[in-house]
Amino acid sequence: MTFAAPASAPTSATAAAPVSATPGVWPRLDRVLMSAGAWMLGLLWIAPLLYAAWTAFHPSAYETRFDLLAPLSLENFPLAWKQAPFARYFLNTVILVTSILSVQLVVGTLAAFAFARLRFAGRGILFGLVLVQMMVMPDILLVENYRTMRMLGLVDTIAAIGLPYMASGFGIFLLRQTFMTIPRELDEAARIEGVSLLGLIWRVYVPLAKPTYLAFGLVSVSAHWNDFIWPLIVTNSVSSRPLTVGLSIFASPDSGVQWSVINAATLMTSAPLLIGFLLFQRQFVQSFMRAGIK
Amino acid sequence: MRRETLHAWLLLLPAAVLLASFTHIPAIETVVNSFFSTARGMRPSHFVGLGNYRNLIADPTFWQAMRNNLLYAAITIPLSMGIALAMALLVRGRIGGRGFLRMAFFTPTVLPLIAVANIWIFFYTPGFGLLNQIGALFGLPNMNFLGQGATALYAVAAVSVWKEAGFFMIFYLAALQTIPPSLIEAARLEGASSWHVFRRVTLPLIMPTTLFISVNAVINAFRLVDQVFVMTQGGPDNASTLLFYYIYQVGFQFWDTAYAATLTVVMLAILVAIAIGQFFLLDRKVHYR
Repeated sequence: MTFAAPASAPTSATAAAPVSATPGVWPRLDRVLMSAGAWMLGLLWIAPLLYAAWTAFHPSAYETRFDLLAPLSLENFPLAWKQAPFARYFLNTVILVTSILSVQLVVGTLAAFAFARLRFAGRGILFGLVLVQMMVMPDILLVENYRTMRMLGLVDTIAAIGLPYMASGFGIFLLRQTFMTIPRELDEAARIEGVSLLGLIWRVYVPLAKPTYLAFGLVSVSAHWNDFIWPLIVTNSVSSRPLTVGLSIFASPDSGVQWSVINAATLMTSAPLLIGFLLFQRQFVQSFMRAGIK
Repeated sequence: MRRETLHAWLLLLPAAVLLASFTHIPAIETVVNSFFSTARGMRPSHFVGLGNYRNLIADPTFWQAMRNNLLYAAITIPLSMGIALAMALLVRGRIGGRGFLRMAFFTPTVLPLIAVANIWIFFYTPGFGLLNQIGALFGLPNMNFLGQGATALYAVAAVSVWKEAGFFMIFYLAALQTIPPSLIEAARLEGASSWHVFRRVTLPLIMPTTLFISVNAVINAFRLVDQVFVMTQGGPDNASTLLFYYIYQVGFQFWDTAYAATLTVVMLAILVAIAIGQFFLLDRKVHYR
């Protein structure tokens, strides 16, 4: 790698001077400086994560003493796993995100189809009310939603964490946009064959909207895997707590757990998302882009 | 009734019930409850008119939370957006390791905010935390970043910038891809410098994206504040209390639900203002139709 350190001081001066019209040495220097800048920023950005990972894989004696030759160790992971019921937290989170996503998809598909293809009185107003949820999210309304959960007797259950999110205004919006692009001819052809309304949605619309389902699925799973404040409020026992809340209790300053173990737990709880992200990097980025407003 | 209408209603029913129960009705109830007192022991809740709002105006902690939140927004929004744009410009072209760099920028976005906060608490730890160790190399004294009123809010804001810049970067990357290369070449042939091309061609063309990102950034500055819960608990002495955290404290630590509702109304007002601003500022096709 070529370091451009000595030349880096006058970067802005050279870039600002009107010399780029003459091709030759300047654009190349430009590119070298860009590369150097990109790598510096990139390393700075990933460094916190790398350092946290480094401490997680080394004995706790090295947690604040960086030493390239420190012995590798995997002991922090079983230690973290044993000190808190992470297996249960994992199970809770998996149940939570899968049940939220599956209900969101069913409820969203039905509503999106109605908005995209059926004509009825009040369609505009109702759709406007759906869009409201993209701005006023249920997590803002925690006091009222907590009251509702207490009334329903659901406090401290996984259902209580998921229920407010089971209808996603964003999901309905996204699916409606996709359904509207599907040619009506397909729709009519199926109707002539005598397919019922639900059959039509299932056989024509759902298969053609697969990329949207994937995009929404990735956004939904990562959003609810990461949710913290609402689950913190509405749960108070191991049997319903998701990973984020469990991790925050495990890592609280008065727990007296060593940093290397906390970092191991932190990585462990993020690992499924991280691995998923590395495997589906392109889809992830495209989904988030498509998603726009989360 | 027409068949189609009946079908539409049946299809919409589940979504309508869920949305109404957990978004619309609670939002209305929040506004209504802000005009009542909190029921305590033997005294049931009763109508107090604007009483809660008078308390709000006289509440120094509320104003502190608002000031903090505005400062937090003023730090995190321009910084994360500026860095996001720089990232996008840097990894747009053909440079070595582009895939790795994009991943490096984007990875913090995927992590749970709570996990991110944990990692940063570790760096901020007074004495042996990474930042103090680096500071010690340069002869700086030990700093308790999270425990000092002067630095706590900035320490919390840094976490948010680290997490959000990569997220905003992908929108800028997408926007930069839509700029026709011929425009930039034309400007270059006219003898425009890189800086000039950026100022006069690139920046105006990505303006819609900038507006779109800023709307999201403003919402996140008020809503996505999980890290405060574990890093500072609003402390020391409310130095890092943000509006949403204060709502949580009032509602679930002081159990003053009526006053929490009043604070939530302020939050709702902010979100509605953003929504209206978005409607007028942004091209409507950006988010609708």
